[in-house]
Amino acid sequence: MIEGLSRNAARNIFLGGSIIFFIIFVGLTAHSHYYIVTESTNHEGLTESVKLGKHVWERESCINCHSLLGEGAYFAPELGNVWLRYGGADDPEAARQGIKSWIKLQPLGVPGRRQMPSYKHLSEEELDALVDFFRWTSEIDTQDWPPTISG
Amino acid sequence: MKYQTQKVAYPFFIAALLLFAGQVLFGLLAGAVYVWPEFMAEAMPFHIMRMSHTNLLVVWLLIGFFGATYYLLPEETETELHSPMIAYIQLGIFVFAGAAALISYQFGIHEGREFLEQPMWIKILLTISFLMFLYNGSRTLLAGRRTAISMILMAGLWLAAIFWLFAFYNPANLSLDKMYWWYVIHLWVEGVWGLIMASLLAYLLVKMSGVDREIIEKWLYVIVGLVLFAGLLGTGHHYYWIGTPSYWQPLGNIFGALEVLPLFSMVVFTFYMFWQGSRNHPNKAAILWTLGCAVMAFFGAGVWGLMHNMSWVNYYSHGTQVTAAHGHLAFYGAYVMLNLAIITYAMPQLRGKLPYNQIRNMWSFWLMTGGMAFMTFTLTFAGVVQTHLQRVMGQNYMATQDQIWVFYAMRFSAGIIVVIGALIFLWATLGKAREQRPKGDAHVASGISDG
Repeated sequence: MIEGLSRNAARNIFLGGSIIFFIIFVGLTAHSHYYIVTESTNHEGLTESVKLGKHVWERESCINCHSLLGEGAYFAPELGNVWLRYGGADDPEAARQGIKSWIKLQPLGVPGRRQMPSYKHLSEEELDALVDFFRWTSEIDTQDWPPTISG
Repeated sequence: MKYQTQKVAYPFFIAALLLFAGQVLFGLLAGAVYVWPEFMAEAMPFHIMRMSHTNLLVVWLLIGFFGATYYLLPEETETELHSPMIAYIQLGIFVFAGAAALISYQFGIHEGREFLEQPMWIKILLTISFLMFLYNGSRTLLAGRRTAISMILMAGLWLAAIFWLFAFYNPANLSLDKMYWWYVIHLWVEGVWGLIMASLLAYLLVKMSGVDREIIEKWLYVIVGLVLFAGLLGTGHHYYWIGTPSYWQPLGNIFGALEVLPLFSMVVFTFYMFWQGSRNHPNKAAILWTLGCAVMAFFGAGVWGLMHNMSWVNYYSHGTQVTAAHGHLAFYGAYVMLNLAIITYAMPQLRGKLPYNQIRNMWSFWLMTGGMAFMTFTLTFAGVVQTHLQRVMGQNYMATQDQIWVFYAMRFSAGIIVVIGALIFLWATLGKAREQRPKGDAHVASGISDG
């Protein structure tokens, strides 16, 4: 199949094709950027608290145990829908208190169970921000992923 | 070794291999936590082990690529390196930055995006070192003969550095964050690193198979064309569930499936060239790693990727142990084995010897490759069971994990084999050298294999 092709022709196909596909890719991500900001996420709802929550999430590197929208370490539960798992859609205040007290309880110290480290150094404001971040994340239009509430 | 400055590759390879040993040891620790959940829970929590494991991987692979580039550029360009001094300084900065990241992680100092955990000042040091490397390599390239191999290799490294810059962009909107995060992660491992891989394989084939450069470079262009044609829009298979539009599903399905083609073509490429070539190269271990790299990359990245990158499959399997299985074999096959192939090929010249400790080296090949294959199978089974229980039946995460413990125990055993294999590789390449050539070499070289 390759005998009829010269090296220079192969090079030109490589260069031309790559540039075309790259332009298409950048164009589609540009559109996706617009779609994310206007349609699929609550971009206006990015309050200071949600931003702080994302910062806490990153500072503590939660992603290296948990996953968020399916990306992460898979060692601990998915948290993209943790707000919904705690019933945030029906009773926001109960969900907030539930998530916060769960974090404060760590480490559980249950024998034979994976141990989440202590997060007792988080302030009340940071815990609330983290919950706000989870709530904001649960509202992203993820094409109905995950398939079950268990995440 | 025809050119004096090729020897700068030597400290790069030593540094890469030592960090490789660290990487697999952290992997073993993390694997142990899956089996004994309280293991080191206080001393070193799981997230620290995991970021140490993944960061060391990326750092040593890059140092290996740098070393490989410095090794082959003088031969390809037919000129000495622009500046060995820049190379040594650049290596010092990179190793220092990598070590500083590793140490700071142990004290809980890190950022929090997956694989990009390095504190800002370390990211900046890595960037400076990378730019020094690109300057040094590009000056060498401009001063000498420009071959397709050296051009594509340097293009791959330049593009890797450019896409790395997205590591500095962290928007507050999580969906945007994730979309551009993949500009680094996917466009590296399934895009521009593919250029690095194909060009390094092509270099090894030019050296060891004896096939005409003209033919090998034509294949190289076809393969890297396939890599980018499929790989760029193949990013779509990461854009299914993060808040991006639904058109990424058909795009991810089509181009995700096409991503198998460049990987399969690399298998055909390597085997066909050795079949065609008349040279009977005495470094059999390097040939084994070269062929093994193409094969395992095809299975790990290609087959295991295809298994779960269709959106209707991924809807259920996304973020389960299926992904972990794929990730392990893909990185091992494509990039670990590639580096080990280059190191196995170059070390005898760098140490001024004929190929040495080949048997030991090939033992390490089979132990590591066998161990990684077993690890991948166990994680795949774990992932399939997890997908069913958690994503179909809706059982909660922790209860599901209890059900798949046995696979984690088997994975840990496989991990021990991989670590033993890696240590034997270090012993074979860095330890006392005993020159070994296959028996019957003279007989084969006399022309019987040419048919």
